[in-house]
Amino acid sequence: MNQPLFISTTETVDPVFIFIFGASIVLFLAIAATMVFFVVRYRRSRAPEPTSAVASNIGLEIVWTALPTLLVLTMFWYGWQGYLGLRTVPEGALEVTATARMWSWNFTYTDGRNSAKLYVPVGKPVQVNLVSTDVIHGFFIPAFRVKRDIVPGMKNQVWFVADRPGSYDLFCSSYCGTGHSSMVTTVEALPAKQFEEWLEHGGGGEEAAKLDGRKLAQEKGCLGCHSLDGSPGVGPSFKGLMGQKVTVVSGGGTREIIVDEAYLRKSITDPHADIVKGFQPIMPTLSDLSPQQVEALVEFIEGVK
Amino acid sequence: MTVSDHPRGGFWSDTGRSGLGSWIFSTDHKRIGLLYLFATFGFFLVGVVLGLLLKFELMTPGRTIMGAEAYNAVFTVHGVTMIFLFILPGFPGAFGNLVMPIQVGARDVAFPRLNLLSWWLYMGGALIVLTSLFTGNGPPDTGWTFYVPFSARTGTNVSLAVFGVFIIGFSAILTGLNFITTIHRLRAEGMTWGRLTLFTWSLYATAWVQILATPILAITLVLIMAERMLGTGLFDPGRGGDPLMYQHLFWIYSHPAVYIMILPAMGAISDIIPVFSRKPVFGYKMIAFSSIAIAAAGSLVWGHHMFTSGMSDRAVLVFSFLTFIVAIPSAIKVFNWVSTLYKGSISLEAPMLFALSFIILFSIGGLTGLILGAAATDVHVHDTQFVVGHFHYVMFGGTGFAFFAAMHYWLPKFFGRRYREKPAVIAWALMFIGFNILYFTMKVLGMKGMPRRYYDYLPEFATLNLVSTIGSWILAVGLVIMLVNLIRGLLRGEPFEGNPWGGATLEWSIPTPPPTENFAREPVVTHGPYDFTAMKE
Repeated sequence: MNQPLFISTTETVDPVFIFIFGASIVLFLAIAATMVFFVVRYRRSRAPEPTSAVASNIGLEIVWTALPTLLVLTMFWYGWQGYLGLRTVPEGALEVTATARMWSWNFTYTDGRNSAKLYVPVGKPVQVNLVSTDVIHGFFIPAFRVKRDIVPGMKNQVWFVADRPGSYDLFCSSYCGTGHSSMVTTVEALPAKQFEEWLEHGGGGEEAAKLDGRKLAQEKGCLGCHSLDGSPGVGPSFKGLMGQKVTVVSGGGTREIIVDEAYLRKSITDPHADIVKGFQPIMPTLSDLSPQQVEALVEFIEGVK
Repeated sequence: MTVSDHPRGGFWSDTGRSGLGSWIFSTDHKRIGLLYLFATFGFFLVGVVLGLLLKFELMTPGRTIMGAEAYNAVFTVHGVTMIFLFILPGFPGAFGNLVMPIQVGARDVAFPRLNLLSWWLYMGGALIVLTSLFTGNGPPDTGWTFYVPFSARTGTNVSLAVFGVFIIGFSAILTGLNFITTIHRLRAEGMTWGRLTLFTWSLYATAWVQILATPILAITLVLIMAERMLGTGLFDPGRGGDPLMYQHLFWIYSHPAVYIMILPAMGAISDIIPVFSRKPVFGYKMIAFSSIAIAAAGSLVWGHHMFTSGMSDRAVLVFSFLTFIVAIPSAIKVFNWVSTLYKGSISLEAPMLFALSFIILFSIGGLTGLILGAAATDVHVHDTQFVVGHFHYVMFGGTGFAFFAAMHYWLPKFFGRRYREKPAVIAWALMFIGFNILYFTMKVLGMKGMPRRYYDYLPEFATLNLVSTIGSWILAVGLVIMLVNLIRGLLRGEPFEGNPWGGATLEWSIPTPPPTENFAREPVVTHGPYDFTAMKE
């Protein structure tokens, strides 16, 4: 078997954690123990008067300036080397593009396939190119110790490798508004063969497949704010929305309307036109939705009863 | 050194004026100091209530008491209140004003009217910030960092809040100018630079940071307003702007601002520990020098907030290096404080308990800062609960506990009455325990990967969040006991006379409460601030 030419990001970062935490714990215990010892030993009931007036010691000052300097410079260097490991993408990495928007993830593979979860093969390095369509987001996988901000208009990437199959949390780490904490998905690490099957199974991306409104609503992040069970959210619940009589605010005035297909369509393509009273005008415009996708979403919302 | 017949005496009554006007138009540094104390501590309590609400919301996954939008507004207002309305102006405004002019042997600060203007600017800015919460489209939801492009897009009332902070900035600049001039020009005869108290030294270092760094915040805030109101596109990549430029501008101020927050606290600790050890402070010159070193080097480390931002790797290298350099003077201070205790005669009264717990909490905060300074480890914990735990250790465990130490140490001097010792110790113990439960669990949560500013979280984080919330209640109970004890004691407690703790600095040589112009005749200083033997003779 070929020896891999890289060390995983987790194996790069963890020794740095252990070194800094280890040194810190020793240092802290030394400080705290000395302090407590002095307080007990020289408490006023036992030492009614100070027994020394020593106010400085140049030797000590040099020692406790020099030793911490050496220690922190070691930490700095070790930390920097680890950081280089995180930044150097191994050759032959699988490229995936992560598109972040308020408030959902979408991952696109080189053959055009896309998904709301990040599927990766075990044992193969993956380079994730980071794209934001609106504000700054953050790509964070705790299990692999990687994080990178996703800045609109900027090229950023991270790499990692999953050592064993499993499902790992993927968070948005950079605060991005109301739905920030629901911008959570997973990395699904599959054995290489299974991954190939998954990649081929979908064929030429989702345009070709029959559009599934529910899946679309999940992937585009609609369900982060609009519940399916009538519970209150950031936006109106989809449950029983069709045919409902609602008061909307538009252009400063309010009026009553009955929710119909035209209203749903307009709300998806131009979210700020008519806002249901009591909600904030914060829904992002999903400019990359195709007309077919809009219709699929409308059809799906109609069906939520 | 006697308390006059008047219930308080001293500056409370010797001008013959009374009523609200005698306070809000007073140019007496002690009255202005108390105005700052009441205002800043009032905002601190507002911030505490908001913080408790945040922790209550995080007690269980999903919605507990508020929705995501409310949570985002509450953490933003919590941050803005604590940072801009309490911790930045708190120490210099309250204790700097109360104590520093007396410590240098002056009758007042160099520009008493400017000092009053600073307070009015602060109050004006604070009122504008408060107004922003209840007008427009509701309180800002950007976080206290106002990061673009989000802050340029959100419909909430960001511009007005930012304008309020802008006004408060001028207050800080003027206070800084006033203090520097006072320390240079108004020192009494014999008050050489080597005889300044370490609290005064720390305020001196702080004042330079206030003057040099605050204008950059002001510019940054104006640019946010321009971005929102005029659509200048300076930070919009679609129009040739750059979101990272905003982050640089913001942190060029906001990192040095962290030292505005912590330096005076370190100074107060350096004054308190020798008094309750009856021993001169160890390494006076090193502590004074390290304050200046922190202020200088601390101005060059802002980029460590941006290791994951997409900033170049070269910049990460430089900022990580400089960050570790700043750790050294902080370590020097800790070693010198602990050495001051050696062969002393240590009395564990309330101010000393708070001061010693400052050393513990600040050390934990500082050491976890090393994790954040090292580039590889910062990547994992950046933007997680770990960071929140870290800066609360430094800012609350550090500056907050030092503020409580200063309240117990100096306020009896100015009120002429004192609190009861036993409730003060109980309050301290509860706060110390609650604090560690609350914030240590947040560090663990961050290591496990829970991001910050999360209203909701995955079930795997539930147990630790519950523990953390319980810690916040213990801390709150301690805080309430401390507050009731202080208010009751300072208003109606036992008279506080003379110099019961044996302080050797000038504020302990004048009557209690101090008269309006502090000194009947200009003092001549003959010994250092921690020379306790000279004082007895």
